[in-house]
Amino acid sequence: MVNLAEPSRLSARERGRRAARGGVSRSVPVPLLVPALIAVAFLVLPLIGLVIRAPWGHLGAALSGSDATQALVLSLWTASTATAISLLIGVPLAWVLARTRFPGQRLLRALVTLPLVLPPVVGGVALLLAFGRTGFIGRLLDSWFGLTIPFTPIAVVMAETFVAMPFLIITVEGALRSADQGYEEAAATLGAKPMTVFRRVTLPLIAPSLGAGAVLCWARALGEFGATITFAGSFPGQTETMPIAVYYALENDPDAAIALSLVLLLVSIVVLVSLRDHWLRGGSVV
Amino acid sequence: MTDGGSGGLVVEAEVRRGGFTLAVSLAAAPGQVLGLLGPNGAGKSTLLSAVAGLTPVSAGRITLAGQVMDDADAGTFVEASGRPVGFVFQNYRLFPHLTVAENVAFSPRVRGLGRRAAREAASHWLDRLRIADLADRKPAQLSGGQAQRVALARALAGQPELLLLDEPLSALDAGTRLDVQAELKLHLADYTGPCLLVTHDPIEALVLAGQLIVLEGARIVQDGTPAQIARRPATDYVAKLVGLNLYPGRADGSQVRLTGGGSFIIPDHGQHGDVLVAVRPSAILVSTESPQHSSARNTWPARITGLTLLADRVRLDLDGQPPALVDVTPAAVAELSLDPGTQVWLTVKATDLEAYPPGERRAPSGQVSDPLLS
Repeated sequence: MVNLAEPSRLSARERGRRAARGGVSRSVPVPLLVPALIAVAFLVLPLIGLVIRAPWGHLGAALSGSDATQALVLSLWTASTATAISLLIGVPLAWVLARTRFPGQRLLRALVTLPLVLPPVVGGVALLLAFGRTGFIGRLLDSWFGLTIPFTPIAVVMAETFVAMPFLIITVEGALRSADQGYEEAAATLGAKPMTVFRRVTLPLIAPSLGAGAVLCWARALGEFGATITFAGSFPGQTETMPIAVYYALENDPDAAIALSLVLLLVSIVVLVSLRDHWLRGGSVV
Repeated sequence: MTDGGSGGLVVEAEVRRGGFTLAVSLAAAPGQVLGLLGPNGAGKSTLLSAVAGLTPVSAGRITLAGQVMDDADAGTFVEASGRPVGFVFQNYRLFPHLTVAENVAFSPRVRGLGRRAAREAASHWLDRLRIADLADRKPAQLSGGQAQRVALARALAGQPELLLLDEPLSALDAGTRLDVQAELKLHLADYTGPCLLVTHDPIEALVLAGQLIVLEGARIVQDGTPAQIARRPATDYVAKLVGLNLYPGRADGSQVRLTGGGSFIIPDHGQHGDVLVAVRPSAILVSTESPQHSSARNTWPARITGLTLLADRVRLDLDGQPPALVDVTPAAVAELSLDPGTQVWLTVKATDLEAYPPGERRAPSGQVSDPLLS
């Protein structure tokens, strides 16, 4: 008599599945399954609630009744501008962080990625103190150029860039670190100078991560609330972005708030679908 | 050796990398294919990297056609992008986001040609390497042999004054290797500049290179023509590569006392002092009884420790004074019932022993002083 466990039932279908994937039983133990289901419910139910409660009959009216179009247009162009600025200055910073070594580099990396973990409202306060009319930079801008930043669309773009750019930086830096530098060496032996190597070899090689980082950055900028409302306020048509519009609409026009939320949900889904190659197949975006 | 004054490459340098320091001095003349042979970690790739400008030298200098590319003492350095070098990397490093044609046009383009002229230059090289039909493919869609040709075309399209090949055939499977090797030999024959070819495959080195340098432990241990090196290996590594038994010893006229024990009688050419004795595995005879009547003067007992079947013969691994590798026919193995543990007698004629002084590096090539070599 050998020490063999009792046989259990194994259907032909399960046999095929296991043969295809290889390995042992993939049935989920109950102590893992229950919490997993709770997590799913917690994440999905609110969205279902939003969809159920939506004023489907008069969605158009709900949207046009508010400053929705204005807010949406403002949100789209400020988030896009913030992303463009992040690409212009964030990608070079990512390259510097990934490819060079200098004293204090770790500290610098920590500093520029701080907005990832900093409460956005603190970022807004910091921006206000630096660029406000009495801030140490804002004062100079005011006296030299007569330029006032807070509570303007420029402030919206700045708040969004401040909060969203680190997402792009860490994504691109990670891609640069894991990219095979052999291609860059090959390009150098073929006569390419460093800037040509960057433009014609490095950038195309990290293009997928660059795209993912840009979308991530854009989505974060689109949803920005705390830093924006602190630094830019909420003037309809000027600085009232979609999230801020939703927040205020909830008080006096819930239908409009729900309709606006649906629009943002739709945008998010589009973003997620465009990222599916990087996220939904598992692994990290970096 | 050539001075490399007109178009040649001269390296007299040390390269520090990680824990080791590579120290080499070599020269390659225009049109010459200089093979760098050595085990992994000997510093072959480091040397290519220094010549290409990807790693600066820590001492000494590298010149091409008399012009300094790198000089540690003077503190001058020409960046990799400024050196007229074509580099075929071990895994080719074809740009995955560009088509074959764009890969080949890369160097002409970044070296200043217009888009159209660069494309024409590329198509010239694609035609020349007979890969024009691959022009629109991406590197991921190429076979190993095709990728090798594209890599060579890409390197040559920059019209380099110096060609560097790092294990150009090692990524290929055995089947395509011979074809690509034969083709590579033709293209190298057309190439007019000096060429450094790194390999750890002796056959590749023998077929492709006109002159060989053996690197071991970050030092040059031997140089010469492939024939010289195959005949008179300077180290155990080279002897193993070319399939010879090699014994260091001290000669005194016709008598050689081997360092590892045992002795040989060699033809007396008045050699005295340290020598290396090389003998082919097929020149040693195996018998199960002590040979009584033989003209050979070297006979010693040995015990078989291993048998390996090679293509058409069996290689015996023998322990004795000295130990030896011996090739016999499979029939002989059966007739003499040779097994591990079997005691046998080994016999080799004095004239089959190649005795020469060690450290023949820097011996002028082409001069043969030993009648055994002729």
